[in-house]
Amino acid sequence: MSTNVPDTDTETHADTDAQPAPQQRRLAKKRERREHSPQSETSGDTDQETVELKVFRYDPEVEGKREPRFDDFHVPFTKGMTVLDALIYARDTFDSSLTFRHSCRQAICGSDALFINGAQRLGCQTQLSDLEWPVRIEPLPHQEVVKDLVVDMEHFYEQMDAVDPFFKDEDVPDGLEEQRQDRENREKIKMSTRCIWCGACMSSCNIAAGGNYLGPAAINKAYRFVMDEREDGDVTQERLETIEAEEGVWRCQTQFSCTEVCPKDIPLTEHIQELKREAVKNNLKFW
Amino acid sequence: MTLYEHDVIVVGAGGAGLRAAIAAHESGADVAMVTKLHPVRSHTGAAEGGINAALKDGDDWHDHAYDTMKGSDYLGDAPAVETLCKDSPQETMQLEHWGMAFSREEDGRVSQRPFGGLSFPRTTYAGAETGHHLLHTMYEQVVKRGIQVYDEQYVMELAVTDEPDPEDRTCYGCIGYDIKTGELNGFIASGGVVLATGGPGQMFAHTTNAVAQTGDGQAMAYRAGVPLQDMEFVQFHPTTLPSTGVLISEGVRGEGGILYNSEGERFMFEYGYANNDGELASRDVVARAEVTEVNAGRGFENDAVHLDMRHLGEERITDRLENIIHLATDFEGVNPLEEPMPVKPGQHYEMGGIETDENGETCISGLYAAGECACVSVHGANRLGGNALPELIVFGARAGRHAAGEDTGTPQIETGPSARIEDGDVEPPVELGAVESTSPVADGGTADDSPRSVVEQTLEQERDRVDRLMETDGINHADVRSDLQETMTANVNVFRNEDGLKQALRDIRDCRERYQEVGVSDPSRTYNTDLIQTIETRNLIDQAEVLTLGALARTEFRGAHWRQGYQERDDEEWLKHTMVAWNNGDPDLYYTDVLLEGEDKRYEPKIRSY
Repeated sequence: MSTNVPDTDTETHADTDAQPAPQQRRLAKKRERREHSPQSETSGDTDQETVELKVFRYDPEVEGKREPRFDDFHVPFTKGMTVLDALIYARDTFDSSLTFRHSCRQAICGSDALFINGAQRLGCQTQLSDLEWPVRIEPLPHQEVVKDLVVDMEHFYEQMDAVDPFFKDEDVPDGLEEQRQDRENREKIKMSTRCIWCGACMSSCNIAAGGNYLGPAAINKAYRFVMDEREDGDVTQERLETIEAEEGVWRCQTQFSCTEVCPKDIPLTEHIQELKREAVKNNLKFW
Repeated sequence: MTLYEHDVIVVGAGGAGLRAAIAAHESGADVAMVTKLHPVRSHTGAAEGGINAALKDGDDWHDHAYDTMKGSDYLGDAPAVETLCKDSPQETMQLEHWGMAFSREEDGRVSQRPFGGLSFPRTTYAGAETGHHLLHTMYEQVVKRGIQVYDEQYVMELAVTDEPDPEDRTCYGCIGYDIKTGELNGFIASGGVVLATGGPGQMFAHTTNAVAQTGDGQAMAYRAGVPLQDMEFVQFHPTTLPSTGVLISEGVRGEGGILYNSEGERFMFEYGYANNDGELASRDVVARAEVTEVNAGRGFENDAVHLDMRHLGEERITDRLENIIHLATDFEGVNPLEEPMPVKPGQHYEMGGIETDENGETCISGLYAAGECACVSVHGANRLGGNALPELIVFGARAGRHAAGEDTGTPQIETGPSARIEDGDVEPPVELGAVESTSPVADGGTADDSPRSVVEQTLEQERDRVDRLMETDGINHADVRSDLQETMTANVNVFRNEDGLKQALRDIRDCRERYQEVGVSDPSRTYNTDLIQTIETRNLIDQAEVLTLGALARTEFRGAHWRQGYQERDDEEWLKHTMVAWNNGDPDLYYTDVLLEGEDKRYEPKIRSY
């Protein structure tokens, strides 16, 4: 089996702390937007501004939609409007058959990962004012389209299940005693526990496309347990075997596309690299 | 069409549903979950603040119970409140042992912080994203146990027998619509159906609630004959972002965040809204104070006040409230490390719901409810922050166990029509309930003893309903829904008066009549969200009517229910639970007793000051 040697350059990223770079970037963008937005000065004339959406349409059952096409929607733009807001407006005003998943509107349910102007993003978290117009909205690439912007998530869920995504220890609390966990250890797993299962990372990954590679989200889930000091050493051993198997961490080619698109700023590539190192260390133990 | 059979069917897969399923499984039942989303998409994930549990030295569940009874403005039932407070520590520790990533103290123990209305810092938390961790931790345990989950399967009706008295009825299952394929399926439950479908926040225009929060379980139980209890008590959270309704956790104030008006005054103290607790007074108190400030001309743009946490310092904020930085940045364009956040009250939580006893059981045999959709009642007229998550796990677990056939003790709370103490006395300005011509939902189900045939008959009835909605070339449900949301937010908000409530009932009636004309224009059976939302809108109309009727009748000021012209809590007249029963389409308003008698003491109503 060919293996890629972990790229030591990436280690320098390991120490970036609580306010990671993507968040900084977003903040800077917001600031800029507010300063330069025409709305911030006057709201009069610009109320008439409309944003053009080019939305992917497909329905296997409906005449005229069996061949994928793009529909144009012209939505009145208001300050602070997100891609999700615009889609809801288009559906409720122009075409009630326009179909997309969404629920919480606040980047926690992970339902509305979409391919927006060529990048995986959450519709609810993406301000229209941050995008080039017209805005092109497509379903996540590399997943089968069910209808319009809805993709089949089954493969994603199967990969999550494949890493035994649960605490394996069987102990029942004895009275009101919790297991102790160092603040440092909690900090170590913190970013990995932020995952909202949106599937953006998986969709952005060339290696995950079409194959059986576990993918960044599932490996990140494994990382969350491997690094948690509360879980037993034998269990950690089992987990390392899973992530080291053929479809595991060694498939990653450190392209950072997953890290780039993660809406929760999880350093996914970094976590994968760290698990590679853990696996190597673990194997050396048996020499 | 497929018929599935399990011992216990849990509808909804948020915190209460997941906990119920795990408990039923551990009691040996074959349990399945049916949910319109995938479990990890559930709105429990958006809960931020924490879990109240008397865990630590110096704390005592009795104190938690006292705080909760006081917070409820004495409309909580003591046996339920005491159960909550007694079981919460053990349930919280169970979550920790399942691996939940709680925030930690230096010694490695779980952290707790102060929350509004609490006499001890007992809110256990995981950053400002406690619900996310709780949801994912419990879903992990469901995966571990191999519990069957039917995801993206929308439960549209319960299969219940149709005896005249709801207390004689039995629930044998429910009907699911497979969103991906458009197929209707029957679910037969030999042990019971547990509703854990969340709140109905989508009946309001400005809400912290997800788009999925349409209270489907409440509406289904209501039409099947279970009364909805205390629905007029709606929590408006004092700190939501003005442009979206996104929630800013009470944890911000718990950690020391301060509210200012546009004059730069710390109004909670300056104007005497809460001289002792200030920003950490109960949520209803703070929400009213904010609206009062705005109405007095001391607000900011978009009817907001300012919430400032900059003085806490970046380190502490990042450690304990990091998620707030992301939310304020992404959804309001404000960096709370550099400037105060604009906030205003938004609909957040429905205290009322499906009437249940301490075991989560309703008056219909085999039908249970837990979580926000239920009213057991632990929150009474006002819910304390940090008391929703323990409710999910405590009563989710109890309902799951009881449905699986375990003995969880004899309940003290009486349910159903036999608990009635007096009839309602209010003149609604319009007719209520079913529109005569075509009620798309039958009432009470079918008269037959075989569970399978009850489910099959209900399935037929629901197939007709779907066909009718699909075939009708009618108006778009979205227009009806937005009118409903507008009138609720305009007239049934933080401040209420008779004229507004009557106007709301007229508007709701108008929505109901127009709903007769709705049609689904998407012809597809594949992922037809148009159809699902059309059905949800009907559910919202039913609940909005119940809520507004209860509010119109209750001429007092208690907890979250403020009435112009009635500025006192009136224990003489109104120390009682509101019940509204569907009564086969002719809604029946009545009242039941509040239980103030605890295990070893009585909770005497006192003036609620903070």
